Amino acid sequence: MTASLSLILAASAMIGCGIYLVLERSLTRVLVGVVMLGNGVNVLFLISGGPPGRAPIVDESDASAMSDPLPQALVLTAIVISLATAAFVLAMAYRSWQLTGHDDVQDDVEDRAIRRLAAADAASDSYDLSSGEGEGELEMPEEEGSPA
Amino acid sequence: MTWLVPLPVILPLLGAGLTLMLGRRPRLQRAVSTTVLSAGVVVAATLVYETDRNGPQVLWIGAWREPLGISLVADRLSALMLLVSTVVTLAVLVYSIGQGMTGNERDTPLTIYHPTFLVLAAGVSNAFLAGDLFNLFVSFEMLLFASYVLLTLGGTGARIRAGTIYVIVNVVSSMLFLISIAAVYSATGSLNLAQLAVRIDSLPSELSLVLQLLLLTTFSIKAAVFPLSFWLPDSYPTAPAPVTAVFAGLLTKVGVYAIIRSQTLLFPESPLTDLLLWASLLTLVIGILGAVAQTDIKRMLSFTLVSHIGYMLFGIALGTATGYAGAVFYVAHHITIQTTLFLVLGLVERRGGSTSLIRLGGLARLSPVIAVLFFVPAMNLAGIPPMSGFLGKVSLAQAGIDVGSPLAYGVVAAGMLTSLLTLYAVAKAWNLAFWRTPEQAHEMARTLSDRQLPGALEVIEHRDHVHIGSGTFGSRDTDEARSILDEDDGSNQDLHQLSRQGLLPTRLPRTMVGATGGLVAVSLSLTVVAGPLFGFTQQAADDLLDRDVYIDAVLPEDSR
Repeated sequence: MTASLSLILAASAMIGCGIYLVLERSLTRVLVGVVMLGNGVNVLFLISGGPPGRAPIVDESDASAMSDPLPQALVLTAIVISLATAAFVLAMAYRSWQLTGHDDVQDDVEDRAIRRLAAADAASDSYDLSSGEGEGELEMPEEEGSPA
Repeated sequence: MTWLVPLPVILPLLGAGLTLMLGRRPRLQRAVSTTVLSAGVVVAATLVYETDRNGPQVLWIGAWREPLGISLVADRLSALMLLVSTVVTLAVLVYSIGQGMTGNERDTPLTIYHPTFLVLAAGVSNAFLAGDLFNLFVSFEMLLFASYVLLTLGGTGARIRAGTIYVIVNVVSSMLFLISIAAVYSATGSLNLAQLAVRIDSLPSELSLVLQLLLLTTFSIKAAVFPLSFWLPDSYPTAPAPVTAVFAGLLTKVGVYAIIRSQTLLFPESPLTDLLLWASLLTLVIGILGAVAQTDIKRMLSFTLVSHIGYMLFGIALGTATGYAGAVFYVAHHITIQTTLFLVLGLVERRGGSTSLIRLGGLARLSPVIAVLFFVPAMNLAGIPPMSGFLGKVSLAQAGIDVGSPLAYGVVAAGMLTSLLTLYAVAKAWNLAFWRTPEQAHEMARTLSDRQLPGALEVIEHRDHVHIGSGTFGSRDTDEARSILDEDDGSNQDLHQLSRQGLLPTRLPRTMVGATGGLVAVSLSLTVVAGPLFGFTQQAADDLLDRDVYIDAVLPEDSR
């Protein structure tokens, strides 16, 4: 199978940017990231369809000259689904803004409990980490076994 | 009888449309959804009978020629999963009807609840029946979108916070699924599972390893296998009780089903046995350690859910017929038991005002019915003989010992440890929430909050730290930590205070108790029919390992 290099580069650039944006704190940026990811993946499907050809309509063109219609059908479905995803994430960002005045993704319960407990116990190992709160850094998910 | 195959998908979808139109007539809405899901149970039971007698039932939608269209396939495994899942969804629906009629209408707006719940049911059924990868993806999206809506019902702060993480994790995993589908399509030129089974065999082994890893990662996120399980214990407990129940029962098991299907059909010669064994060992141990540390029963059960996924993964990793049979049996057992426990917690929350172990006490005397309903499935979860949890664990341990590698023995030992620690966790919940008196709970909560301040100071002084002024700092932060932990409860009072003020309902809706009791009975009946059920799962596992049964049923010889 031959694949177009420019499509591969475009897909990897979009997916890379998408992943970078999804790792952000603000939900709006995450939304842009999700959309970019979705488009990058759709380009991947175009690659998997093989070389371009004529429109896949029976009697219009020769079967060997047609492009593969299946990936295009799959991409259409994927586009619809990413539209719905974008709408839902937007709605959540708006609701989050209504409730808290910002749309940052908040820490989960364990993360916050651990940070507060660490702050209370100034001699704890995680104290230094915890003092840097609010800098907008993404926390690593804590181990499940940690004390609540 | 192939016309039966699409019904478990079509009926709930039609029902979803109908209930959406009937939004202003709750009574009719409830009638429609109950009828649709009851019909689903009947269809699924018939399919179990049919597949057991006549082999896999295949339907090519739209009557396209064989390799072209979309196929729905029901073999023994799919049919069994369908039956268990439809029974569970029906019970949860009845329960939520009971809750909705007397509960807080603002928390669960009924007009959206029914259609969304039916779409979720359709998505789950479709995932079990899907005969090609893209259809599997679509059914994941169906059930995920329904679950996004259900998880954020009412849009309260806690639910939006938990929902955000849940939605983003699942969107990313869907993207990963799409990437794996694109990779599979470019490697083989097909997405039909039966056709893939034939074609992947002829691929170079490195390429098929890449495809296998991509699919495994995707499904492991859905199934909450460690280290991809971190999203689950945070998001599930905030949803309304029936929603958490159906999520905990079904959504992760759909992921487990997808792992079983892809491992057996597409990658029978798996080079990843050790990796999967390690993953199951870590899932078991880390999940249960998380459960032991929790002070809220809902969160505790979410962690046991993660932990017990490890048992199923263990059976899959072994790759033997007994391993798969044990895994399938354990899936059926775990779907019912986990759903039941979360439903009981809904009752506990209603009767006791909270699910926090610090606040609860004396429920055994206040409401013996809830106590029995909690005790039986909790012991079953921990694997007390002779219940189905015990049987499932024994069969998996047997399968592990049969394989006999050191790592397999290690996972068997981890399984025993997990079983013990599960018993410890549920016994702790039982002792605190049910056995002690509410007064004791009240006293303990008070002394705990009095002692917390000097305790925090002591630690600081004990370690000889110079921050003397941090005393006030410490107390404020421990209080804050406690309030965050309890943020989902709303009120700040324990059971003793609430019942003294007469704020708690003394009667529980009969439908809620009835639905929960029904599920407890189903979970116990799994023990009674364990013999025939094991025979059935054994045959299902044989079908899975002998792939020709599936491939021959789906594709005629000339269209591969």
